[in-house]
Formats: sequence, C-alpha cells, structure tokens
Amino acid sequence: MAQSLDRLRESPSQTAGPYVHIGLTPNFCGIGGVYPSDLGAAMVNDKTRGDRIGLRIRVLDGTGTPLKDALIEIWQADADGLYNSPAELRGTADPNFIGWGRCPTDMDTGLCTFDTIKPGRVPFADGRLMAPHITLWIVARGINLGLHTRLYFSDEEKANAQDPILARIEHRIRVPTLIAERTGDIYVFDVHLQGEKETVFFDS
Amino acid sequence: MPAESGSNRKPETGAFFQRDRTWHPPALTPNYKTSVLRSPQKALLALDNTLSEIAGPVFGHAMLGELDGDLIHNFARPGESAIGERIIIHGRVLDERGVGVPGALLEFWQANAGGRYRHKKDGYLAPLDPNFGGCGRAITSEDGGYAFRTVKPGPYPWPNGPNDWRPSHIHFSVFGHGFAQRLITQMYFEGDPLIWHCPIARGIPDKAAIETLIAALDMQSTIPFDARAYKFDIVLRGRRSSLFENRLEGN
Repeated sequence: MAQSLDRLRESPSQTAGPYVHIGLTPNFCGIGGVYPSDLGAAMVNDKTRGDRIGLRIRVLDGTGTPLKDALIEIWQADADGLYNSPAELRGTADPNFIGWGRCPTDMDTGLCTFDTIKPGRVPFADGRLMAPHITLWIVARGINLGLHTRLYFSDEEKANAQDPILARIEHRIRVPTLIAERTGDIYVFDVHLQGEKETVFFDS
Repeated sequence: MPAESGSNRKPETGAFFQRDRTWHPPALTPNYKTSVLRSPQKALLALDNTLSEIAGPVFGHAMLGELDGDLIHNFARPGESAIGERIIIHGRVLDERGVGVPGALLEFWQANAGGRYRHKKDGYLAPLDPNFGGCGRAITSEDGGYAFRTVKPGPYPWPNGPNDWRPSHIHFSVFGHGFAQRLITQMYFEGDPLIWHCPIARGIPDKAAIETLIAALDMQSTIPFDARAYKFDIVLRGRRSSLFENRLEGN
C-alpha cells in the first residue's frame, strides 16, 4: 500500500434540461424583475477595442434539425489576444471586454446571435501562436455533459494552417467543421452534434 | 468591467486535471431518449489545456442583488412569499484537491412546490405559483461557501417513457476560475425514491457518483420554526501546479 492521493472526484454532470433559460437567461423566457438583465447578453460597448463582428451559430441534431432549446456560451481573448481573467499573466486585457457571452438558441429559428470582436492570437503551451479562435460550450436537453468546441475564422487561412490544435486533427476532412464562414462582418457557424458532418468536440 | 479575482490568493495558471469521463454520464444514454440524436458519435479530440481553457471569466460580488439568493421572495409580490416547504441549501464549492473555490458563480433554477416550471414550454397541469419565479444565484465566499433559500421543488412527469417522473431536483450551473471547469449538474434530495427510477440520474454509470449529487438533510443548519436545511457540496476539476507546466521562452 502507498499513501492515499486523497483527491475528491468531480461532481458528475447532468443535462441542463429544456428549461435552462429559467436559471441562465430568465429575462429571455419572460421572468422579469429578478435580475436587471441576462448575464452575458451584451459583450461589447462603445469603448471596446477591436473589429466588430457578428456570429450566427446554430446547433443541429443527428437528423439536421436545429435545436431550439440549447444554450451556447463563448469565451475569447480581446483584440490583442489577452484574456480578461486572473490567469492571464501576460498583460491586462481590455477593461471594456469581459470576453464571455451567453445566448440561448431562438425558440423559433434555433439561431444564436453574438455581437463581439475578432479575437487576437493567443500562444499555445510551447509559445507558438494559435490562430484566432473562440471557445464554445454547448448545453441542452439531451446533452449529458457540456460540449466543448472551437470556432475559427474562414478569412484566417494562413493562421489556421499553422494552428497547433487544427494540426492535430487526423481526419483532415473534419477540419472545416471548426471554421466559420465569413459574409461581410458576419460569421456563420453550424455545430453538428452527430452524423457525417459531425463537429470536432474536445476532451480538454 | 475588469475581472475581480474574489480572493487575495495568487491566481493559479496550471492546467486542469483530466476529466474522468467514466464517472460522468456518457453522451449516449438511450433510456434518456433525447440523448440519442444529440450525442456525438465520433471520439472527442484530446487536448491538454491551453490558456483558452485555463483562463475563464470571474464575476464579482457587486453583480448580486439583495434577493438573488432568496427564491422565496425574489419574484414575490411585496409582503407575500412562495408556497411550499421552506428550505435552505448550503455547502461549499471545492476542487478535486479539496481546496475551497472562492468567487465561484453559482446559478440555480427549479420547478415550484407542485413541480411546475415558469416556462412557456412547460404544459404540466399543476399550477404556477404567482410568487415563485424559480431562479437564483450566489457567489462563493473566501472558503468556497454558499447558501440560498427556496421552497422544495416537487417531482414532475415528463414525456420520456410512458410514465416517467423526475425526482425533486434543483439545477446548478457553476463557474470556477477556468472555462474548462464549467459545469452544469442537478441536486437531488436525500431519501427520494424517484432518484433510482430516473433515466437522467441513472445515466451516470456508478451508483457512488449518483450519491454525490444527493443533498443530505442537515438538521443542525435548520432554523427552528422557519426552514429546514440541506447540505450540498460541489466538486470542480483540480489543477496542476504551474511548476509542472512548460515555461515560455523568457518567462
């Protein structure tokens, strides 16, 4: 026998269920007067630095039907590639940008709309720069543990080609599942939960 | 709004312990029918944490309203209160090293005492309580502690099997210090026989893991003639010391 490692175990996840809005976006589902606004609804203000972009994200099930009861959170660096987090030791992020947003999918169309800025590049563990990306976390009825993926940008071809994470994807045909298509200042991104076009999800 | 650490401790920058995905419910749990078309079928891509996963948003106590932790009153008309069994839920948010997690944002939501949610998609015939909204939030103290007041939610039927009923439960959403710690789970109540019939709870393969989601009746924290208490601790992923991490050139 050796000494005990004496560690606790992580609380097991459970689905967010169909009524996730009550807790995370109460104003969105008609529960007014409890919080002044829904957390994560507005990401930028007039003083936020960087190029304004819009994200239009949908989540589709194994039949290609958009989920109308999912919730997406995004987490990203500021325009200079700095995170607004105590773990960011390289500098001070833009004080007018938290870098985190939350959006429930529209109950009719299934669309999530984020107004944010294009993130700068962040270093990988060995110092190489990763391509600009936004981290996504997706929960919904039927999803037992939140799904983690990344959104990269179609107009960053050169940076994407050098990205150490994208480089790890053995089946190159799956790389485009992580790349949002640019139209003007809008990026369109469909997350496929399963099937032929299944998005790459991470165990990170 | 600048990030507030919620603590005087030096920020930690190590990667998180890997998740034990045999302890969590798998993506595909066919007895919970909606998971069938919403579960990835390809393997996840393993990724040791980068700064994108290690960093995460932190929320300051300043965002909390006075009644955010009081579901009995935060939606009630002046002088009125929600109907049901008055309870206090309290506990700590810890990480796998047993260390309290300060400044963690907890958000919770639940049905009312009759099992009815204030949501347009809930068509259950049990009535809404005009004084109950069903949402609340709290931020943990320096030692990771939190508490809130509410009424005990009722069980409710749901269209899964022909006669499936959810046990009484409260949904919890938790932010630690890094985005990779993000977790949503559900809290159940000690002694509820429905837990062992529930396809969602039983999607967790190990009975011992399910038991970690069952809050214990805590008579010592009960306020006599006011509210009973339940204790519910939550454990988030621990993290490696940054001494074990690669150092960047010149860092």
